[in-house]
Amino acid sequence: MTAFQKKLWTGLVVMALLSPIGIFLPKFFGAEDAWGEWSAAKLKELIGYIPAGLEKLAALWKAPIPDYNPGGEDAALGIQVVWYVVSGLLGILLVAGVVYLLAKLSKKDEK
Amino acid sequence: MHIPDGYLSPQTYIPMLGVAALFWTVAVRKIRTVLSHRHIPYLAMAAAFSFLIQMFNIPIPGGTTGHAVGGAVVAILLGPWPAVLAISIVLVIQAIVFGDGGITAIGANCFNMAVVMPFVSYWVFRMIKGSETGGKRFQAAAFFAGYIGLTTAAIATAIQFGIQPLIAQNAQGLPLYAPYPLSIALPVMAAEHLLLFGIVEGAVTAMLVQYFVKNEPDLIYACREV
Repeated sequence: MTAFQKKLWTGLVVMALLSPIGIFLPKFFGAEDAWGEWSAAKLKELIGYIPAGLEKLAALWKAPIPDYNPGGEDAALGIQVVWYVVSGLLGILLVAGVVYLLAKLSKKDEK
Repeated sequence: MHIPDGYLSPQTYIPMLGVAALFWTVAVRKIRTVLSHRHIPYLAMAAAFSFLIQMFNIPIPGGTTGHAVGGAVVAILLGPWPAVLAISIVLVIQAIVFGDGGITAIGANCFNMAVVMPFVSYWVFRMIKGSETGGKRFQAAAFFAGYIGLTTAAIATAIQFGIQPLIAQNAQGLPLYAPYPLSIALPVMAAEHLLLFGIVEGAVTAMLVQYFVKNEPDLIYACREV
C-alpha cells in the first residue's frame, strides 16, 4: 500500500467516525424521511391509507441493522451514535471487501 | 432516493432488475480491460466512500432529507463502468444489511444511482472540461458532473415513483404501490436535488477531483482516456 492510499483509508475511517453528523443535522433542522422512503405507518399519516400492494411487499425483508440505527430514532442519542459508527465501519469492510474480491476475480484469468 | 420495497409494482421492478443485470454483466467484462491491477484498491475505496457519504443525511429544514452518492467522483476518477460495479455493490449491501432501499427495488435503485448517475456525470464532465486538465473550467466541469448526475438520477427515480398510480390501482381506483403521481413526484424530487443535494454532490465532486489532480494526477480516468 502506498502512503497516499494509507492516507485515503484513514480518511474513510474518519468519515465513518463522523457519520453521526447524518443523525444530528436532520434532528437539528427538524427534517424527516427522504421523499418517497416513508414507512407504511408514516404513509398512513400522510395519505390516510396504506396502499395494499405496498403493505404486502414492505414486510418482505427484515434487515439485520435497519437504517444503520437499529434502536430507531427515539433511542438514546449515545446508542444511535454508536450504531452509526459501527455501521459505517462495517460498511467499509463489506463494500470494499466485496468490490476488491470481485475485481480481483474478474481479472484472475488475465496474465 | 433509495426506493423501498412496496413502492414499485412488479411490472416496474422486474424489468428494472433485468436492465440492471444487463449493465452488471457488461461492467464485469469491462473492468477487465478498463481497470488495471493498480486501480483495484482504489475501486474498493471508492465503494467505501460512496457508502459513507450516503450516511451524511442533509436536511431541508422542516422538510425531507437527502444525501450525496459519490457516483460522479467515482466515474471521473475510475471510469463509468467500474463505477457501475462499485456503486451497485454498495446499493446491494445497503438493501440486504441495512434495509436502505428495498430488495425488490435493487434493480431500479442500481439503475438510477449506479448506471444513470455515473454515465451522466462522466459525460457532463468530459463535455464541460474540454481539453483542460486544471483551472476554473475543469473545476466547474467536476461540480456540474456531480450536480447534474445526481439530479438526473433523482428525476429517473421520481419517474419510477410517479408512474405507479398509472400502473396499478385497486377496484376503488386507489394506487396499490407508490401513491403520488408524476405531477407531484417529479417537481418535488427535481427541486430538492437542484436546490440542495445536487449542490452538495457537486461540491464534494469538485473538491475530491481537485485533491486527486494535486496528489495522483495520472490516476484520473477521465483525463487519461481519449
